[in-house]
Amino acid sequence: MSNLTPGLESLDFSFTGQRQAGRFEPVLVGVVGSGNLEVMLEPASGIECTIHIETSARGFGPIWEAVVRDFHQRHPLGGVRVSMNDMGATPAVVSLRLDQAVSELPA
Amino acid sequence: MDRMHWNTKALNRADRLARSRHALRGQLVGKQVATEAIGTLLEAALEPNDRVCLEGNNQKQADFLAAALVQVDPQRVHGLHMVQSVLALPEHLDIFENGIARRLDFSFSGPQGARLAKLVSAGAIEIGAIHTYLELFARYFVDLTPKVALITAHAADAAGNLYTGPNTEDTPAIVEATAFSGGIVIAQVNEIVDGNTTTLPRIDIPGDWVDFVVQAPRPNFIEPLFTRDPAQISEIQVLMAMMAIKGIYAEYGVQRLNHGIGFDTAAIELLLPTYGESLGLKGKICRHWALNPHPALIPAIEAGWVESIHSFGSELGMEDYIRARADVFFTGADGSLRSNRAFCQAAGHYACDLFIGSTLQIDLDGNSSTATLGRIAGFGGAPNMGADARGRRHASPAWLKAGREARAGRGGASGTPRGQKLVVQTVETFREHMQPAFVERLDAWTLQEQAGMELPPIMIYGEDVTHILTEEGIANLLLCRSDAEREQAIRGVAGYTAVGLGRDRRMVENLRDRGIIRRPEDLGIDPRDATRNLLAARSMRDLVRASHGLYTPPKRFRNW
Repeated sequence: MSNLTPGLESLDFSFTGQRQAGRFEPVLVGVVGSGNLEVMLEPASGIECTIHIETSARGFGPIWEAVVRDFHQRHPLGGVRVSMNDMGATPAVVSLRLDQAVSELPA
Repeated sequence: MDRMHWNTKALNRADRLARSRHALRGQLVGKQVATEAIGTLLEAALEPNDRVCLEGNNQKQADFLAAALVQVDPQRVHGLHMVQSVLALPEHLDIFENGIARRLDFSFSGPQGARLAKLVSAGAIEIGAIHTYLELFARYFVDLTPKVALITAHAADAAGNLYTGPNTEDTPAIVEATAFSGGIVIAQVNEIVDGNTTTLPRIDIPGDWVDFVVQAPRPNFIEPLFTRDPAQISEIQVLMAMMAIKGIYAEYGVQRLNHGIGFDTAAIELLLPTYGESLGLKGKICRHWALNPHPALIPAIEAGWVESIHSFGSELGMEDYIRARADVFFTGADGSLRSNRAFCQAAGHYACDLFIGSTLQIDLDGNSSTATLGRIAGFGGAPNMGADARGRRHASPAWLKAGREARAGRGGASGTPRGQKLVVQTVETFREHMQPAFVERLDAWTLQEQAGMELPPIMIYGEDVTHILTEEGIANLLLCRSDAEREQAIRGVAGYTAVGLGRDRRMVENLRDRGIIRRPEDLGIDPRDATRNLLAARSMRDLVRASHGLYTPPKRFRNW
């Protein structure tokens, strides 16, 4: 926790997948810019979908939880690590980026 | 009131004219007043407690006359009752601080809203009422007739004829009310032509309605309010524009419409020649507009979508483009635009089938407002655009379909067949800085308490809103049959706001089954297709290119 940029909030969530993502090259969509975010998907061992968020907008944990829960309901993937670097994107943009990232995965 | 005499207005007018001529002496030639003598004229022509219109429009401002009014001697001129549509300049409030004016009736105070609220709470301003534009103009002819109008035009000739230029805006309504009720009309102009070697391009206001003309040292200020840089339009706005076009415009066959100001509606304008074209909608929607000359509409005009546009005002930089597209815009024989806020507001209210605009807050009844705490801003024309025209009697397919949806299954008076205007509120569920657009209680209620207003300042009443469009989908409120359904329809498109998270999921799914809520996928729209590549112009430069170089953008822009 010591190397966290001051002001950033760090959030972690984990869901049990129903469909293994399998092997794939890491996927990166979006940019770190005002009102936007970067989403990276990487393969991981196990059946979990772990989600790590670094956000400049503090205090929105419950909204993030609802957004990523709905994401995982749409795409119940396992064996995947999701990392997000956020600079104040709205939930709409976050959901769009997550869906864009998943659509880059091999079918 | 002395009803032994029936010409007191004419006598008073003659007095004012005689006083003014006497005070000005050699500084008056015909109707032309020397620039430096404007203070003398105002002190002679005005009387204490006069009702005065200091022309403040949405765009052009009688800024020279405003500055001169601030400078008059408060011993001679005081207690004025100001009746003007927009408070845009600091001078519009300075006159209340120094006692020259006391009472105010207006429509919109935009940039001066916070200071206005302070002056009201300090007791320096007495507000009569906040009106819509059309409402204020109406009262000019009933009980708020100006005694003196301080107006602005582009040019005058020696006879006092005025050419307003493309920003005609409120001027005809103001002058008509003043000149035909024994009032005095004083115009500031950018230039004066002699009428012989140089003439006006056209006459917008006849000279015998104008008493004095003064050349201002600088051209009047005009604000480029309606320019939106396409570079700032987001993918989410593109997605919402796709839903508006496919889920509302195409669905109802909307031919005649008005767009509010903002990036959401600019996105729709920029999607017509691309996405709209791909849906085969050209000629089927968006043919006639009540709209300022939005630069964002250039690509659609160039692609042949638009048959006519009547405008409230003009927009800086669009002059040459308008001139070259005279079939589309309302232009004079001289080629330049003639706008008219009063007529365009009437057109938007009675002759358009759809209004779409954005807002800051929507509550569970669908009431929406841009009023924020600590500001008294008013809503300008939005309440007239965003209201069902109850006096309308002519039919159109869009209007009839909306009326059928609202009345299906109802009996008695509420089931009597009639049409209804489509009033769409388009908002992202969260605005910038994660401010939720959906709230349990509008700030308007608190503002009402703070400012001691008789009603909360609601911009568009829930009863008039037919559709709410967010990135999550479209809620069709016409189809709701109870307040509970309506609340869940609103919650059902409110995304991850507290209002949205508080939805009854089962009821929302039921509303979706009945087509009251429609998600992008229900409309056959994949959000991943909503990219900026769909915009017919992605930058100001693209707009200039689309206009064949006729559009010359202003230097600065303002976000709504």
